[in-house]
Amino acid sequence: MATLELEVAEEAVTQPARKGRRLGMLFWAGIVWLVFVCAVAVFATVLPLPSPTDMDMLERRAPFSAEHWLGTDGLGRDELARLIYGARISLVVGVCAPVIGVVIGGALGMLAGYFRGRFESLVVGSMDVLLAFPPLILALAVTAYLGQSIFNLTLILGALSVPAFMRVARAATLTLARREFVIAAQALGATHARILLRELLPNVMLPLLAFFLLGVAVIIVVEGSLSFLGLGVPPPISSWGSMIGEGRESLDMAPRLAFLPAAAMFLTVLSFNLVGDTLRALTDPRQGAL
Amino acid sequence: MAFFVARRLLYLVPVLIAVSLLTFSIASLLPGDLAYTILGDQATPENVAALRADMGLDQPIWWRYLSWLGNVMQGDFGRSFRTGQTVLQAVSERLPVSIELMLLAQVGALAIGVPLAIVCAARSGSPFDRFMTGSAFGMLSVPTFLSAILLIYLFAVELRWLPATGYVPFGEDPVANLRFMVLPALTLALAEWPGIMRVLRSDMIATLQEDYIALAKAKGLTPARILFVHALKPSSLTLVTITGINIGRLIGGAVIVETVFALPGIGRLLIGAILTRDLIILQGVVLLVGAGFVLMNFVVDLLYAVLDPRIRHGHA
Amino acid sequence: MTENTLLSVEDVVVDLPTPRGNLRAVDRVNLTVGAGQTLGVVGESGCGKTMLSRAILQLLPKKAKLSGRVMFDGQDLLQLAPEKLRKLRGRSLAVVFQDPMTSLNPVLTIGTQLIETLQEHLELDDATARKRSVELLAAVGIPAPEQRLAQYPHQLSGGMRQRVAIAIALSCEPKLLIADEPTTALDVTIQAQILDLLAREQRRRHMAMILITHDLGVVAGRTDEVAVMYAGRVVERAPTPALFKKMRMPYTEALLAALPRLDAAPHTPLPAISGRPPDPTRPLQGCSFSPRCRYAVARCQVEKPPLTAAGSREHQYACFHPIGIHAEAGA
Repeated sequence: MATLELEVAEEAVTQPARKGRRLGMLFWAGIVWLVFVCAVAVFATVLPLPSPTDMDMLERRAPFSAEHWLGTDGLGRDELARLIYGARISLVVGVCAPVIGVVIGGALGMLAGYFRGRFESLVVGSMDVLLAFPPLILALAVTAYLGQSIFNLTLILGALSVPAFMRVARAATLTLARREFVIAAQALGATHARILLRELLPNVMLPLLAFFLLGVAVIIVVEGSLSFLGLGVPPPISSWGSMIGEGRESLDMAPRLAFLPAAAMFLTVLSFNLVGDTLRALTDPRQGAL
Repeated sequence: MAFFVARRLLYLVPVLIAVSLLTFSIASLLPGDLAYTILGDQATPENVAALRADMGLDQPIWWRYLSWLGNVMQGDFGRSFRTGQTVLQAVSERLPVSIELMLLAQVGALAIGVPLAIVCAARSGSPFDRFMTGSAFGMLSVPTFLSAILLIYLFAVELRWLPATGYVPFGEDPVANLRFMVLPALTLALAEWPGIMRVLRSDMIATLQEDYIALAKAKGLTPARILFVHALKPSSLTLVTITGINIGRLIGGAVIVETVFALPGIGRLLIGAILTRDLIILQGVVLLVGAGFVLMNFVVDLLYAVLDPRIRHGHA
Repeated sequence: MTENTLLSVEDVVVDLPTPRGNLRAVDRVNLTVGAGQTLGVVGESGCGKTMLSRAILQLLPKKAKLSGRVMFDGQDLLQLAPEKLRKLRGRSLAVVFQDPMTSLNPVLTIGTQLIETLQEHLELDDATARKRSVELLAAVGIPAPEQRLAQYPHQLSGGMRQRVAIAIALSCEPKLLIADEPTTALDVTIQAQILDLLAREQRRRHMAMILITHDLGVVAGRTDEVAVMYAGRVVERAPTPALFKKMRMPYTEALLAALPRLDAAPHTPLPAISGRPPDPTRPLQGCSFSPRCRYAVARCQVEKPPLTAAGSREHQYACFHPIGIHAEAGA
């Protein structure tokens, strides 16, 4: 008979629980990797590593050895050290930019969702204009005019992430603001500030946190793409993206120079995605996979 | 229907104006002197002063914006100081390349994502479904430039089946053109298919639970007809949405892919303009890309109305 | 069972595993429907009547476990191969669902939804199928039928949509039509029209029909036999006049009493049945209705009364203290 059989899907009720169980092991693996990478990045200076900038022209593209655990790159620099210092850069930009986004976007979203009216239209409208541009193009354009630096980069990427966080915060606030505990607080004469901070904020924080983690994953990728093109972090500072870009030259001779930072980036992005997605499924089970 | 289109067109105007404002204000952000930067090492005080007068840089900002906008409306986007080409010339040379790339990529992504979504929705919960959903999730964590490098390594360096860089226009040699486009288009398609597959799958699973699917089964229709006609059509709206949302990502991805594979498209023009500080080209390209993006979203909105008759009649 | 029994539901059980335990939606139900006869199935929401109709059609959710026999036209539907079953559905066995807004596909035209059934089962060509569709729409009382073919469900009123659903169900001349609460989603004024339409078409085509509803008023005068369901079981079953005149189940009595009556004085309070149906995941040991029954005694809470027949073999009930007989016993 026909090979495609239609089977009516499971009830939605069972989905989050199953998802949690299925991602359970992966979730923890992600957490472990993230803790490892963050720890290594934070303590890089105290770890017994060779300097990532010392060039050894005699040992270029050297294979794995006791002296250089992961070999050396095209200029004889220790690959492992470069990976770890690269992690610092990628993570700094990757985490700080969404922080800007979540603080500004979250605040705007909550205010828009709470006060509604013309303020809300203004906020949503201006975000829409920002979203009218493909984000990478905008990031490229602004870095071109402002100049490359880690600070500028973080600022721009942070600004670009504001609309997304605004939407999340606004959506959460819209559903929550109608609930009884808010009306009760208003009836008790609480000020707007109090309601926003004490009642709404704790509830909006959860979905925002989930999106924050997902945002980190996205920003690491965007920064990586920009640095890969040479237009992200300014040389000689290296993030994983720049390392992959440099490794591209040596694809035929030493592909590991591109693929080691690539693997590190992939695992880190995957972990942020896993943890963020699990959190999102827990805080908003209706929304499913996107 | 015409009413609907007219209303949507009216929306466009303020958005396009906003896009132009944004583009212009970014350009005005430049710390230091624009003329100085453009002239670079040819900047003598006389040249700088002359250029400033010529470009109207000493006028108030609103005047500069309006005169720039006025020029733009007449089709004058400016001229590159490096190559002497007008922005429009440079863009129109390269537009076909980028469009071909994005089109092939989108087709590829749909060709991978849609069948997978249908099969997974029809067999939701099965091992195949779980595997595919997991793969889609994993694929989303692979940045575009990473897939690009991987594909180059696999097919160009190791297997030597396909070229890593280069381009031949379709008109000249279709076969060669496609050979050069396979890897770039595949890279982008690999980046886009997971989004398509996940959304369509989840939408179809929801659709399959609807009463009208139960009735379709009760009418004794074949499973194929139920899947492709009754279940796919209502879900196709989401497909159009995500394709529309993807356009932005596709443009960004095209920039990367064109650079890695050395395709002479808009993305490479943009990067080139940045690297050579050719700010006139940069401004023009950003404006055109922004406007083009807005127009494409407009087209997506129209497609909505075509697919869902409820929207057409103002019911949804 | 007589020779012209078209459908025979035998000992059908539907179990649904849920996170809170097993849910027995249909508990050993036995029913028959003769060719050209109408069976009414009455019960509150959640009594299992919809699950029963899905069980007959073999359209239960994936997780459901079905046992028993459903003999239709001499074949056991539970044992039938999927392809054969598919050919039966829509052709010999048709269904009308409760809410035509959700049971008709919103993005396909009425014409498509009618024609596809005709083409699938009767293999008509396009022109003939179109002509047939127009005739069907006219037969169910839809004005301007040619124009309707190109219209979408949301462009029609609720009553019209249900007529379309009926037209689709009748299109291939089915032997049995299952109407699952066909009027519940409609205005009261339209309800009678739809029910009359169903009755008329049934007589004309000599079709068997199962009319599922929660409203006893709907089955009065329109059915040959009525089965009352409660908590997944058939608790009373009788030819319609007998049910209304000489009901045995306290539940049936309570249902009838809860119907508003034209001849009651204004502001007469409606006697509602107190309490709620039992939680299906935790079935009661004794009679499921006993917590709400005003005649209940100790035995009712401990033993499950079997379906027995008093007097006439056609009138069955599941009660230890049936009305009428109880009164006759003089207690």
